[in-house]
Amino acid sequence: MLIIKNLHAEVEEKQILKGINLQVNKGEVHAIMGPNGSGKSSLASVLAGRETFHVTQGEVKFHDKDLLDMSPEDRAREGLFLAFQYPIEIPGVSNVNFLKTALAEIRGYRGLPPLDAKEFLRLSREKQKLVEFDAQLVNRSLNEGFSGGEKKRNEIFQLAMLEPSLSILDETDSGLDIDALRIVSQGVNKLRSKDNAFIIITHYQRLLEYIVPDFVHVLYNGRIVRSGTKELALELEEKGYDWLKEEAREKAETI
Amino acid sequence: MTQDFPLYDEVVTGFEELADKVSANETSDLRRIRKDAFENFRQSGFPTIRNEDWKYTNLTRFLKDEYALTIPTISAPTKLIDTARIAGFDCYTIVLVNGVWNRTLGSALPQAIELLPMAEAKQDPALAAWFSQEDNHRFFTALNTALFADGLFIRVKAGALPDKPLHIIHAYTSGTNLLVQPRHIWLVNERAECNIVESIVAGDGQSHIWANSHTEIVVHRDAKLDHAVIQNTPAGTRLVNHTTVRQKKQSLYNNYTFTLPGADLVRNDLQARLEEDHTETHLYGLYLAAGQQLVDNHTLVDHQKPNCFSNELYKGVLLEQSTGVFNGKVYVHQDAQKTNAFQQNNNLVIGKKATIDSKPELEIYADDVKCSHGSTVGQFSEEALFYLRARGIGEAAARALLINAFAFDVTEKIKHAAVETHINALISQHIPVTK
Repeated sequence: MLIIKNLHAEVEEKQILKGINLQVNKGEVHAIMGPNGSGKSSLASVLAGRETFHVTQGEVKFHDKDLLDMSPEDRAREGLFLAFQYPIEIPGVSNVNFLKTALAEIRGYRGLPPLDAKEFLRLSREKQKLVEFDAQLVNRSLNEGFSGGEKKRNEIFQLAMLEPSLSILDETDSGLDIDALRIVSQGVNKLRSKDNAFIIITHYQRLLEYIVPDFVHVLYNGRIVRSGTKELALELEEKGYDWLKEEAREKAETI
Repeated sequence: MTQDFPLYDEVVTGFEELADKVSANETSDLRRIRKDAFENFRQSGFPTIRNEDWKYTNLTRFLKDEYALTIPTISAPTKLIDTARIAGFDCYTIVLVNGVWNRTLGSALPQAIELLPMAEAKQDPALAAWFSQEDNHRFFTALNTALFADGLFIRVKAGALPDKPLHIIHAYTSGTNLLVQPRHIWLVNERAECNIVESIVAGDGQSHIWANSHTEIVVHRDAKLDHAVIQNTPAGTRLVNHTTVRQKKQSLYNNYTFTLPGADLVRNDLQARLEEDHTETHLYGLYLAAGQQLVDNHTLVDHQKPNCFSNELYKGVLLEQSTGVFNGKVYVHQDAQKTNAFQQNNNLVIGKKATIDSKPELEIYADDVKCSHGSTVGQFSEEALFYLRARGIGEAAARALLINAFAFDVTEKIKHAAVETHINALISQHIPVTK
């Protein structure tokens, strides 16, 4: 589904991704962990098409198409979804209207007519229930005055509505209390299927107790320095990131 | 003084003849007022950028054209009138074509409201005072007083609560260049409540139409007037619109002015004169300008007496190469203690060559008042744009959503859902836009 080869990127002329290689197949959940500033969120931004990031080398194939060549909206229409670390508040745009517009555009791209009001309402109710999202919030302005947890849950609600094939969760667990974390994780677990895939970016192992990954990668200094299974996450929890940093530094020196 | 504009020449040389036409059967008072006004106009001419109130609004390019001074027609194509109608809005409709009430185009009329063409109402000697107010001393207001032909007189009877709002459609249409000068007087008597929505539309833009409109409004003691104005005219139109509202004790006046892209020039002068105590005033404005448009809103809130409250929120979206001007003056007289006066002007400058001149002007001579003002100029939030695009919403649609969101603070203030929907649809029609 997603193949990243030797991806280099910079922001404001500072190199932040220094050769990422990663393959995500459908049905898989990948966790990307790493210390602060290692490039985790940058990777998410590059994949979603944030314009402040410039790819300097490498390629990304998404469903066999050149992802880097697409506008952010086309990436979304092709089935990529980024759950934002800091969802934006947009006063004056209602959540409902926003989702209707997004869904209509995505369906239009795939040659499908927009849902009529009744179908939309049914889908919206079903997904609200699935991810335990408050109906009151659906009718409010987009994220305006939402608590941190409500914003993150809104991201998962949008994810449920738009049914992407690849979802990237950028530190969705940050700022969540344990109840919100459980609700968000349960939502994701319900949405997992053999046809879609998730990339979960997180600093802590905590979220991975709820959403169990198939693979864990550790990003440090713009590179994936280690990959493994969910046991790697436990090891990191126990030992922290310092030993990996040390190891990476030694490796760099020997080169 | 003399001015080297064809329109100035036409007025100055043609005044006697034109005045004879428009002032038949008028009281001698009004004839004298017209003559004085003409003399004032002859001396002031049209305003130039040397005049403080016009320093950002250069009229020269519009004054190079010639305009006829007599109204060619009072009929308008149904299609044009239909563009002004508001779907689902249950109201009484009055249609004025080139400033003249055309009864065949409107609906049945309300009982509680007295309506007359100005051509008739002006003969009432009791109204003479309204034509010689202090704002009439020069420039466009003097020109209007000197030569206005018709307009709409409204009197809402004391204590009246009309069952439906009044929708006044002003249609301007002419095959040749034309100067139209409607004059309106609207009186809302004691304890009456009235809702008025005005829509301004114009023909295909083939000819240049200059509408120099002047409205005098009085909201009497304990009366309420809710007043929305939707300016939606094509290129080729030049709108100069002067409105003075006089508020008496404990009255309420709300104004919502919406300007949509199209007209070459829009200049709105809105003045709220709070002549007695305990009044409440809300002025909301939204201007969207595109192309080479010049949209200028000058407002004045004149706090003359104590314990009055005024609140003003104007928002502007400047697209393409358009120019916006906002000048908001709040004047608090020495006598106006316990005044609350708030003003806010926010602008979204989107066009790379668009500009805005925003100028709050507070003059306060009382010492026990609460006044605030603020002015902002900003661009699209790139973060918000990216968020929408990351959900599959195309760039143009995302911009449209954000413009609607920016305008929302103003559009949501409208009391009639149908009118709000109508305005949102008009906004969307003018977007997507090029940068």
